[in-house]
Amino acid sequence: MSGERILNVDQLTMRFGGIVAVQDLSFSADRRKITALIGPNGAGKTTVFNCITGFYKPTGGAIRLTHDDGKEIVLERLNDFRIAKQAKVARTFQNIRLFPGMTVLENLMVAQHNMLMRASGFTFLGLVGAPNYRNAEAHAIGLATDWLKRVSLLDRADDAAGNLAYGDQRRLEIARAMCTEPALLCLDEPAAGLNARESAALSELLLSIRNDLGTSILLIEHDMSVVMEISDHIVVMDHGVKIAQGTPREVRDDPKVIAAYLGADEEEAMAVMESGS
Amino acid sequence: MTALSQETVSATRTAAGIPFILKKAFLSALVALVLFSLMIGIRTEAGPDGQLTYWTRFGELASIVGIVFGGSILIELARQWIGPIGAEKLVPPAVHRGMSILGNYLAPALLIFTLLVPVIFYNQRYILDLAILVLTYVMLGWGLNVVVGLAGLLDLGYVAFYAVGAYSYALLATNFGWSFWICLPLAGILAAMWGVMLGFPVLRLRGDYLAIVTLAFGEIIRLVIINWQSLTGGPNGVTGIPRPTLFGIPLDNSDDGLAAKLGIEYSPTHRIVFLFYLILALALLTNWVTIRLRRLPIGRAWEALREDEVACRALGINTTTTKLTAFATGALFGGFAGAFFATRQGFISPESFTFQESALVLAIVVLGGMGSQLGVALAALAMIGGFELFRGLEIYRMLVFGWAMVLIMIWRPRGLIGHRAPTVYLKKAQAISSDLVKEGHG
Repeated sequence: MSGERILNVDQLTMRFGGIVAVQDLSFSADRRKITALIGPNGAGKTTVFNCITGFYKPTGGAIRLTHDDGKEIVLERLNDFRIAKQAKVARTFQNIRLFPGMTVLENLMVAQHNMLMRASGFTFLGLVGAPNYRNAEAHAIGLATDWLKRVSLLDRADDAAGNLAYGDQRRLEIARAMCTEPALLCLDEPAAGLNARESAALSELLLSIRNDLGTSILLIEHDMSVVMEISDHIVVMDHGVKIAQGTPREVRDDPKVIAAYLGADEEEAMAVMESGS
Repeated sequence: MTALSQETVSATRTAAGIPFILKKAFLSALVALVLFSLMIGIRTEAGPDGQLTYWTRFGELASIVGIVFGGSILIELARQWIGPIGAEKLVPPAVHRGMSILGNYLAPALLIFTLLVPVIFYNQRYILDLAILVLTYVMLGWGLNVVVGLAGLLDLGYVAFYAVGAYSYALLATNFGWSFWICLPLAGILAAMWGVMLGFPVLRLRGDYLAIVTLAFGEIIRLVIINWQSLTGGPNGVTGIPRPTLFGIPLDNSDDGLAAKLGIEYSPTHRIVFLFYLILALALLTNWVTIRLRRLPIGRAWEALREDEVACRALGINTTTTKLTAFATGALFGGFAGAFFATRQGFISPESFTFQESALVLAIVVLGGMGSQLGVALAALAMIGGFELFRGLEIYRMLVFGWAMVLIMIWRPRGLIGHRAPTVYLKKAQAISSDLVKEGHG
């Protein structure tokens, strides 16, 4: 039995000099579920993401990832690219980070670097054109094509990624992350800058990733329509600490959450809610 | 409506023109006055007793300032009349289109011509020597292109690997008597090892900092060669480096030389032609390997690294080994070229491996269009061949050469061939505009 939880964050603390960005944060993400991390600006959400994906080394606490086969990986001991390579955690960025001068297809091929690298015998077999490598490359192009169909970018496959419209770039970045075949997909504000129609398409895409592929998703998002629609579990942060968690319904009605978002204190928010109901 | 507003704009321009032109001409004249007042206005010379004598030449100074003033007015008038000088004006669109059509046939045509050079110019030693020199720089350019053009790592010390290759062959051949064909791969491997050694300390550096460290590395190698007298002969260099053989058959007029074996009359040109085809083969090997590598995951990772290093790490790409392999691959080809240089010259000294060489090779890569194989070859031809072409102009050579460079850079700011060809495609390979391709942060 591989367990319910894919990600366990335990008492995570991150300090930058004297500033405490995240303090004793504990939460977990369920397998094959969408977990959202929300909170006002500056709450420390992206810092948590950077700790999970290895871009920061946490000051304290533990981050554990349990794969489907039950193998447990301590993420804070891995650094940098190893989290993506060994722990199979993929991420996207708040400000899109594609390879703009490469084609859409090339972007997805780069994502399959480690698989192709092994197949090409660390370049030497590939250099002489071994059939093994050619098969692997055909397979990689197949996977990339599948993903281009899913995000409806197939007809743009040979265009430069930098030439895509903003919404298309967002979807391509998700497709690129998925081409690494991750166990956990971390999305940093995937709906930022999208219009209502594009947001709806994004929700659909994320649900299909969860339902069809069974990939667990951890999500930072400000667009509440997306969060409330697709999340199975929501963790709310403010000023580096967790203030609430639960299902979308529970979180929506939590006075602490409302207070954090409205910038008012708890009693005031309670008063507002009571007068409203 | 549009025509009307355009007319208004041009009318305003002419109206504001005269004071503007005069002001600009006056400023130019002022700059010229300050600049030339000491350079031309005062002439100093050592007198007969060794004391300093000087006299003024205000007449010449005044005429120079006058020329600048008048010239500035003329240039400004011409500019208003012709319009802004841009790529469109410099090279008419028709020429542009014609060149892009020609471009498709350029690479095969160039290759065939290169193969025929020794046949066409068999009796012209000067042209053969020049062709060998150009091909050496083509090879160096292609080698550096891996580091700068593909991986986006600015390397100002590429000559160090050229030197390591040259000295590896020279020392192995003179001390142990090993043949060229054994030493060639060794020279490449040794240079690649130095590439990795340079790579390690500079992994964390980017941009200007990386450039400075690579620059220093090039100088360190040169200074070590100068000062390690017991091994390298110091400033005296290494002499008597064996000439290459055709798999053991020497190309000289001895009894077991190639000419004697084939029963033809010996000519020193045989060796030159052999050297020509040797460097051509080495350069084509570099080109073939680079083109193959670009289509392999490692090549794509290099280009991805140039585009966005953070995204590479997020995709699980080991940026450390990716950078090191780029340095090592570039250095490998530099080492091969160095070994060829040593066997061609028969004598090497540290003077051949100054910063100027690094700068020249880097200029070839930048002028050619970073990442483009054909562009680098054309740029090497233009830089080395063009420099020789203007030899007839004597003292104006550098001036004309400089002008040519400026014009090319106005016409093609991202190099002769600025667009990038994709490495894989579904339906149709489309060239990617240079505006989208990043230059790398170091």
